[in-house]
Amino acid sequence: MSETTAPASTGLPTATRDGVGASPLRPDGALKATGEFAYSSDMWTEDMLWGATLRSPHPHARLLGVDTAAALALPGVHAVLTHEDVPGEKRYGLEYADQPVLAFGKVRYKGEPVAIVAADHPETARRALDRIRVDYEVLEPVSDPLRAAFDPDCPLVHEEGSVPDDGRHRRGGNLARHQPVRTGAFAEGATVEELRARADVVVTGSYEVGMQDQAFLGPESGLAVPAEDGGVDLYVATQWLHVDQGQIAPCLGLAPDKVRLALAGVGGAFGAREDLSMQVHACLLALRARRPVKIVYNREESFLGHVHRHPARMEYEHGATGDGALLYAVARIVLDGGAYTSTTPAVVGVAASMGVGPYAIPNVRVDAYGVYTTNPPCGAMRGFGAVQACFGYESQMDALAARLGAHPVDLRVANALAQGSRVITGQRIDAPLPMAEMLLRARDAPMPPGRSALPDPADPRTLPGGVSATVLGEGVVRGVGYAVGMKNLCFSEGFDDYSTARVRLESVGGGPAVTVHTAAAEVGQGLVTVQGQIARTELGVERVTVLPADTRVGSAGSSSASRQTYMTGGAVKAACEAVRERVLALARERGPVPPGARLSLSGGAVVSASGDVLVPLAELLDGSPVEETREYHHRATRMVDPVNGQGDSHVQFGMCVHRAVVDVDVELGLVKVVEMTAVQDVGRAVHPQQLVGQIQGATAQGVGLALMEEVQVADGVIRNPSFTDYLIPTVLDTPPMRIDVLECPDPAAPYGLRGAGEPGTLSSTPAVAAAVRAATGRALTRVPIRPEDIVGLPAPRRRR
Amino acid sequence: MSEELHEIRLRVNGAEHTATVPARRLLSDCLRQDLGLTGTHVGCEHGVCGACTVRVDGRPTRSCLMFAVSAQGHEITTVEGLAEPDGTLHPVQRAFRECHGLQCGFCTPGFLTVVSAYLEDNPDPTEEEAREAVGGNLCRCTGYQNIVKAVLRAAEIRREEAAAAPGGERAAGAGERR
Ligand code: FES
Ligand code: FES
Repeated sequence: MSETTAPASTGLPTATRDGVGASPLRPDGALKATGEFAYSSDMWTEDMLWGATLRSPHPHARLLGVDTAAALALPGVHAVLTHEDVPGEKRYGLEYADQPVLAFGKVRYKGEPVAIVAADHPETARRALDRIRVDYEVLEPVSDPLRAAFDPDCPLVHEEGSVPDDGRHRRGGNLARHQPVRTGAFAEGATVEELRARADVVVTGSYEVGMQDQAFLGPESGLAVPAEDGGVDLYVATQWLHVDQGQIAPCLGLAPDKVRLALAGVGGAFGAREDLSMQVHACLLALRARRPVKIVYNREESFLGHVHRHPARMEYEHGATGDGALLYAVARIVLDGGAYTSTTPAVVGVAASMGVGPYAIPNVRVDAYGVYTTNPPCGAMRGFGAVQACFGYESQMDALAARLGAHPVDLRVANALAQGSRVITGQRIDAPLPMAEMLLRARDAPMPPGRSALPDPADPRTLPGGVSATVLGEGVVRGVGYAVGMKNLCFSEGFDDYSTARVRLESVGGGPAVTVHTAAAEVGQGLVTVQGQIARTELGVERVTVLPADTRVGSAGSSSASRQTYMTGGAVKAACEAVRERVLALARERGPVPPGARLSLSGGAVVSASGDVLVPLAELLDGSPVEETREYHHRATRMVDPVNGQGDSHVQFGMCVHRAVVDVDVELGLVKVVEMTAVQDVGRAVHPQQLVGQIQGATAQGVGLALMEEVQVADGVIRNPSFTDYLIPTVLDTPPMRIDVLECPDPAAPYGLRGAGEPGTLSSTPAVAAAVRAATGRALTRVPIRPEDIVGLPAPRRRR
Repeated sequence: MSEELHEIRLRVNGAEHTATVPARRLLSDCLRQDLGLTGTHVGCEHGVCGACTVRVDGRPTRSCLMFAVSAQGHEITTVEGLAEPDGTLHPVQRAFRECHGLQCGFCTPGFLTVVSAYLEDNPDPTEEEAREAVGGNLCRCTGYQNIVKAVLRAAEIRREEAAAAPGGERAAGAGERR
């Protein structure tokens, strides 16, 4: 296995074991390894019912009527509900409340929930669904995003005025948002022709990114339990408890404090759990049936039940001078948002501001569009709009390097952004950005041995296609590709993003103990470990318990946008600092402390500047616990302007560079990724082992998008809603990785850290595509790359 | 419902269980819903992801592809049965935890049952062999690097333990735990 260099120390005081910079075991690791960890699909009560969902078989239809009588008559059925039974708001949504709890008037995608059932057994529930009669008047699907966006005669997915509008975004027709960015001459009204005339080299390209699924392994699920006070308790796998609560309560017609959420075990998320799925349904059924109701989606339903990564159609043009200096870039990025808004406007904001990548380009014109269609709704997935753009601009950089006869890394280095540069929204990068160094490190990393160095080059396990290969590797060509991606981290565009932490320090059984309580969702990334580390470092106490996340404490924001270590880490740090201050004050008040002495907490005691123990915490706090709650806000951002897309809209920028080495069977069109090298600057590695795990996971998902992963949609219908047909990488599709972590602290962030979950998903895909191009000489303008793209067969005619 | 039900006896993790199920009840559903053993996870329902893998007479088997009635008379081991009765984690469990071979952990029970069986037959795998050993299981979180590491580490722990056990080196690879 390739080595991984993770930083060994963070330079912080490390008197306390397992603090920031160490890699302690994750506290949930043992339970997860013994099978005792309770995932949302494992929730259970004796008297619970099972919920099931009837979904629209049509992507676009008028809903004429729903007859539930026969379903209700089935023995064992306790409730059958339609939109008429939704007591409060009929629609919800992350940005606009436009998604019906249960369809009314129209269905806008295949799989849209129409009715729900609670029954004593999952099979009874499914049989009841079969007995619900729904009358539809089928409408023509609006499935082409380009037509939906730009053809004024295209039918509307949402009738004018039906989607609530907060006036923040340019919208109209089928557009959820159009965000332009104009800089340099383009801001003055220059045309592309004028810029083109000034360039020595011009490259243009049309690119396409397929719809990717998050494909978390643990399906959507949860248990709603009706409460005595008329409210409901919901145990659910989600990314953001409070935003769920804020959407569920109005639909139930209940005050938020009557809808209490607790995080059940989460089997991966990657953005797919940012929107609601079964939450309101389970609560409605539980309140109606007055029994706990559990809903678990199966894999096919999961493909219908959550948003996907926006598929993209992109047009790029880059112009440069003969010495390789970028002169201008023009991009049009069209993102298919599907039937409902979800986070599409925010995804558009990212795609626009990150649209031409981390390059110094004096004249830029970007237009990013989010479009309504009757395709499956799209929203958050790791990388969030930056992934799609990265495939576009990095493909362009390679094309430009080829035209100039330059090494792809040299061209990128020559045009690299750095600290002090401005991104295309005019925002100055005020933290370190060692982009040039990162590129060079990726290029200079040792290469994996060539095929001729293999003990047996004909061993099919070393060949593209693996053991099912039918050839001996005669047509195998090696290729190397590079890519870099940049993404904004934390929430952008004026959103007041914060996290809340409650920290308690007390004496328990003769020793000091810390309890940390937040609502932050542990989705696998290891946030629960990080919270404990921060408490240990700040309070000098090793015994830390992180309580289960729930809504009894304030919002922690979403486990997305690479933000939780920054934001909830920041909140835990702030609450610990407040606790520490009170404890030190207490020590001064009660203890034998020399006046004016500088004190700190270490090794479970109040210590002097010289490290002498003045008073053990257990003694000081005996009978008087200290508890503090703090909200942590990152620095303010603002909306970019609607005309030129200018403004300081982002908190922080993350970057990753990938080098991909591939073997391609150019006759069969098969690819084996031989090795991936990732170089990422993380500011400060809080938990090096988990951090590297994030980069590895992100890299693998990018490899998947490059070569195999696509939700295939034809006329609004998903053709491959299963793991037999939607392929995610196995270990044999995932190469050994070399992860090189840099630590250039960001002075504005807690411990100088930089969010790390997403950047690796950006550059991984275009690096693999570049490597396959290098091996084949093909243009490869679409991911996932299919065998026919490599061997150059015409695309097969789509069969209905 | 007129469907015929069957009274079945299953031996799971060394204990006898009874359940009343239709003939088509999957072993995965029976374990999870009838016996309350929710450590066996269901990720795809049709034999692709490997999350539902249990050991049937020692052999890794996808419990979503087997009927509960046909598991009668066989010795079934789920992830809950890997640790020692005193709670000491199986070397594979320890290795996955140590090496950060799990993030969300949903795939983990399937990897653990597969690898525990694999190492009994292949106590000293190379890295390449370790990769192949887990080629039939999906993990969406880790990118597999630490899973491969964990397989190698588990093999190492087993060898260390065998060397330390009475009987010494000879036990390594030969004397199996279960
Ligand atoms: S659930 Fe059995 S293999 Fe996926
Ligand atoms: S750890 Fe999440 S699927 Fe493997």
